[in-house]
Amino acid sequence: MSALNVAAIRADFPILRRTVRDERRLVYLDSGATSQKPFQVLDAERNFYETCNSAVHRGAHQLAEEATDAYEAARANIAAFIGGRPADLVFTKNATEAINLVSYAFLNATLKSQQGKDLPPGSEKFILNAGDEIVVTEMEHHANLIPWQELCDKTGATLKWIALTDDGRLDPKSIQEVIGSRTRIVAFTHQSNLLGTINDVATVVTRAREVDALVLLDACQSVPHMPVDVAQLGVDFLMWSGHKMLGPLGIGCLWGREELLSAMPPFISGGSMIETVTMQGSTFAPPPARFEAGVPMAAQAVGLSAAVDYLRALGMDNVQEHEHMLTQAALTALSAIPGVRIIGPTDIKDRGSAVSFVVDGIHPHDVGQVLDDLGVAVRVGHHCAWPVCRRYDVPATTRATFYIYNDLDDVDALVQAVVAAKEFFGA
Amino acid sequence: MKLESLYQEIILDHYKHPHGKGLAPNFASEVHHVNPTCGDEITLRVSINPANPDLLLVSYDSQGCSISQASASILFDQLNDQSFETGEKAVEHMVAMMQRTQEPDEDILGDGIALVGVAQYPARVKCALLSWMAWKDAAIQAGAEVPNNTEIANSTELGEGK
Repeated sequence: MSALNVAAIRADFPILRRTVRDERRLVYLDSGATSQKPFQVLDAERNFYETCNSAVHRGAHQLAEEATDAYEAARANIAAFIGGRPADLVFTKNATEAINLVSYAFLNATLKSQQGKDLPPGSEKFILNAGDEIVVTEMEHHANLIPWQELCDKTGATLKWIALTDDGRLDPKSIQEVIGSRTRIVAFTHQSNLLGTINDVATVVTRAREVDALVLLDACQSVPHMPVDVAQLGVDFLMWSGHKMLGPLGIGCLWGREELLSAMPPFISGGSMIETVTMQGSTFAPPPARFEAGVPMAAQAVGLSAAVDYLRALGMDNVQEHEHMLTQAALTALSAIPGVRIIGPTDIKDRGSAVSFVVDGIHPHDVGQVLDDLGVAVRVGHHCAWPVCRRYDVPATTRATFYIYNDLDDVDALVQAVVAAKEFFGA
Repeated sequence: MKLESLYQEIILDHYKHPHGKGLAPNFASEVHHVNPTCGDEITLRVSINPANPDLLLVSYDSQGCSISQASASILFDQLNDQSFETGEKAVEHMVAMMQRTQEPDEDILGDGIALVGVAQYPARVKCALLSWMAWKDAAIQAGAEVPNNTEIANSTELGEGK
């Protein structure tokens, strides 16, 4: 028995009516890459363009007022969804940009400090010195790895990472050892996009606090799938993307503690992030405007707000329970196929709906091709987490991810397609 | 099912029983090419045939999907101990076949014509071309772009790599 009425939900998603590859039913199991969008989100975005489209925070006319109201109301609604204040929520192009915004706060504060330039009060938190360390984990998406590698490359800081256990969890011993007195920030994922592991945030936060390090949590795979509350998590930064949670492409979110956002120098600069401008120099607006240079993506914000309403109406507890049920079914059925190996925790506890697997003798690309031929859309490859593949000594994986519009028929379709792939390749 | 057009029997044979796989110890140039979207990798070495400096010897090691592995095996059949001109013509033909601007020609590509179905799947084209691009890169690095320049050919012929 599901916690969600999947038939009713599916009716809201126009794309699920289409067929693929010779009139086959679309079995969409790639929501971990991007989710599909319900009418409610598409309508909200269209309604913005049809009724009040104009440049937010500019203009003296009624449309500009209404567009600004719609944009700021979206910010308030989305912030509330993760238990945050609207003033602490910054809209970005995507989650990758949100992480870069924080990594560049470190770089820019460090460079400006070396030049003796003015910095906001409290910016010492972001100034890196020789010997400082940045900590990530071995299970990060490239989006939460490369920006930190780049930061270290430019500043001379050292990147360290928390190791993984054979069953796909953060090694508790490594958490204690790697986070140390020189650690300035710990950036890690709430739920691994490849392994499905849901990390124990509290353990990492507790250790980070002991050494006075900041904590950034990549919530791309958690905010769409489970209740998330920033106060409860106790982190300093939380970022995620809109398009993985039924929202439009082109919008991501960064929530940060007020005192930290205020202490950060700007990332992308230009219009609307300023306070005063002269030819000699400029001063900057308070957050969130300081980090939103240029005309913002108001229609996408309105669409994402509608996505939040949609998920809230379903109840995030119900979303999580539903995915839990599908994930359990998939893990059980896939594990029962000879030659199939799950990469990631096989235990459903503290585990999300990303199910990665390999099939003996068949490369994931070829598995994916057979699945596609049968209408089952999955992702294959290293999932922008190449070091995870290296850690578990696989060249790539096939990954199915489940969401609110999937049901047990979709799990069955996946399992039958994997069996068909084995037959096709004689593996 | 369109799958049979992509995975012709001959492709699966090359995949399961690749020809010429394994790196030769001596080489004039070595390249490592990857397909960053899926992790296919090939290390390919080119050396100059000591008996005939116009001919290039090929060895390789690779991992990846059936298409990339079969394609490398076919490349070995077609281009090992062939001239740069023959190889370059085959690479161009393979690329054109993937872009669907050229009908497959068995005289040029041999078993490679069986890869024609890949052109229907844009996501797989890179898999099919990986080894061919690696060969061209390695051949040029081996000094083969100036086949008359025997000085370069001689100096690299017995090199042990970089």
